[in-house]
Amino acid sequence: MKVMLQITNLVKSFPQPEGGSIKVLDVPNLQVNEGEHVALIGQSGGGKTTLLHLIAGLLTPDEGSIQINGIELTKLSEQGRDRFRAGTIGYVFQTFNLLPAFTALENVRLGMTFGSGVAESERAIDLLERVGLGDRAHYRPRQLSVGQQQRVAIARAMAGKPRILLADEPTANVDPKSAETVLELIRETCAEEKVAILMVTHDLQIASQFERVDQLDEINQAVERSR
Amino acid sequence: MDSRKYGVILCQSNIEQKVSKRTMNLIQIAWRNFCHRSLSSILTTLSLALGVGLVVLVLSIYGVINEAFTRNASVGYNLVVGPKGSPLQLTLNSVFYLSQPIENLPYTEYMEFLSEAERSEMVDRFGGDEELKQRGGRYAPFIGDGFVIPLALGDYFGEFRVVGTTPLFFEKLRHGPTLEQTFTFSSGRAFQDFSEEHSYFEAVVGSRVAKEMNVGVGDQFFPTHGDPTGHGHDLGFTIVGVMDPTGTPNDRAAFVNLEGFYLMDGHAKPIEETTADDSEKTPQGKLSPDLEPKVAKRDDYRLLSIPEREVTSLLVRTGNIMFAPSMQNAINEGIRSQAAAPVGEINKLMGLIVGPLKNAMLMITLITCVVAAVGILVSIYNSMNDRKRDIAVMRALGARRSTVTTIIIYESLLVATIGAIVGWILAHAGITAYSGTIEDQTGVQVGFFTTSGNEVWILPLVILLALIAALLPAWSAYRTDVGSNLSA
Repeated sequence: MKVMLQITNLVKSFPQPEGGSIKVLDVPNLQVNEGEHVALIGQSGGGKTTLLHLIAGLLTPDEGSIQINGIELTKLSEQGRDRFRAGTIGYVFQTFNLLPAFTALENVRLGMTFGSGVAESERAIDLLERVGLGDRAHYRPRQLSVGQQQRVAIARAMAGKPRILLADEPTANVDPKSAETVLELIRETCAEEKVAILMVTHDLQIASQFERVDQLDEINQAVERSR
Repeated sequence: MDSRKYGVILCQSNIEQKVSKRTMNLIQIAWRNFCHRSLSSILTTLSLALGVGLVVLVLSIYGVINEAFTRNASVGYNLVVGPKGSPLQLTLNSVFYLSQPIENLPYTEYMEFLSEAERSEMVDRFGGDEELKQRGGRYAPFIGDGFVIPLALGDYFGEFRVVGTTPLFFEKLRHGPTLEQTFTFSSGRAFQDFSEEHSYFEAVVGSRVAKEMNVGVGDQFFPTHGDPTGHGHDLGFTIVGVMDPTGTPNDRAAFVNLEGFYLMDGHAKPIEETTADDSEKTPQGKLSPDLEPKVAKRDDYRLLSIPEREVTSLLVRTGNIMFAPSMQNAINEGIRSQAAAPVGEINKLMGLIVGPLKNAMLMITLITCVVAAVGILVSIYNSMNDRKRDIAVMRALGARRSTVTTIIIYESLLVATIGAIVGWILAHAGITAYSGTIEDQTGVQVGFFTTSGNEVWILPLVILLALIAALLPAWSAYRTDVGSNLSA
């Protein structure tokens, strides 16, 4: 099976206000295959979001390699990473992060604008229908429930036809019933389009629904120490 | 696959194929942000619109003033001749009927523009030095097919100037944008040199005089001497014509026959000699009441002799326009007269007084625009804190730094463009609303789409200001840290 994500010896540290820096990630190896659904369990502050930001190219690592679909992300310029992210990676945030000035449909189209470059209304409507919000396409985020907002966020993440979906605790801010729905939607939508998933969560029950569950604490070799 | 190569290929394919749709979408995104912050956006746009409106108004008003002056300064003659003094004052009092006349010129100075035959006829008709018949006027060769029209100023009809002149004034002068329109009359006709009905006392009034003084054909008026509240002359002029509006100062003047003007008391230049025949008539040639006839005869009045006559100024058109500068030089080299080119004088006036005033007004209004542009900066910049998360989300969705920066700039440009258009429309709507009054006052026709040349610079200027105003917030957007703002 083709490898979609290959992380090797990835190290990331952050500077501290009092001087020095703290290493938050040290991942010798992490691999996600094409179309594979992987849940990564970790505690709060354990570097989950940082890992996703590194994979998305929003942060650059201190050391190591991130290959997505055969492309070495760390060798791309910032613009190259932006373009790559837009065309290859979908991102679902814990707090949805829908843009309040735009309707549900426009939020989804935004994902396409920055992704494929063409904001196809048909695909945006289709995605909203697939997440059960075809009749809420012209609602603003504040007119939607939190569960509905997260579903719009899923549609938006899929809008750019990504090869891998990064989900950062997508169910953390929704009620358990909605969490089930959200999770199911993510998995179904990604399965339909053969999109790999890397979801980070602290919820073991949520993670257990994925075909592969990894413990970030076991993968991450970083120990809190000042250099 | 080489990562850098991939980046280039991806960039080219995306940009080349979809650049137009992407650009449109960025404007849509900017527009939605504009609408989302509607109150702030509208207030910022309105302040800019008011600034632009003021600039347009200043430019338009200056345009109207400029056109009014320039148009009025050329009504078919190219020189104004008067006594030595300020050429601007000469132009103002002879062309615009403003300011006070400098002095008077002897009638013989007028005769210097006439041919030998015309001078002889005058000497025979009015009486004067026989030597005047012996030669043609010094400047007559310049006149050729042109004309010279004498003006005598100094009296008023109400607040309007009374202009003593000859019927030539109505025959020769032209007006209108192409200087092809003759003076026409809403009622009546031009006055004659002499008529049996009204003798030498016929008058024509401009349209505004007729309207404001509520007079028409058949009415008689008695000019006052020196100023609007001066003493009234005993001799009255009968209005025989009311001119159609011309949009020139002639609308604001009452024209009387020069011969009648001379016959009014105090209008003759005092001379020592008087003839024996004059004793039977009043010194100014006025008939004794008991001699006043029902049907006037030329002999009923003693017209002033040439030495008694003066003119305030002369409107001159040379037969060949190429002669005008030579004649102007020749006149100005003399000791008595000066010749002024009205258009040149008005251009100097505009350049010296009106132009700087316009520039001062423009500076003030441009500062208003700059303040409005600072308003754009403050408005957008203040919103940046609230929008950092949105910018981070857009970046996470694949937007480049340059993309979010462009969106911010587009927002600023939207405010600028809408503000400029609204301001332009408001100003021109205002001008259109007062177009009737403007035309009445100045004769300049203005419509909604009447623009001054400088207006084309407003939109580029406002856009430039908006771009400058957008730099700080755009830089803020450019520097927005994605990771920290997504995690916040």
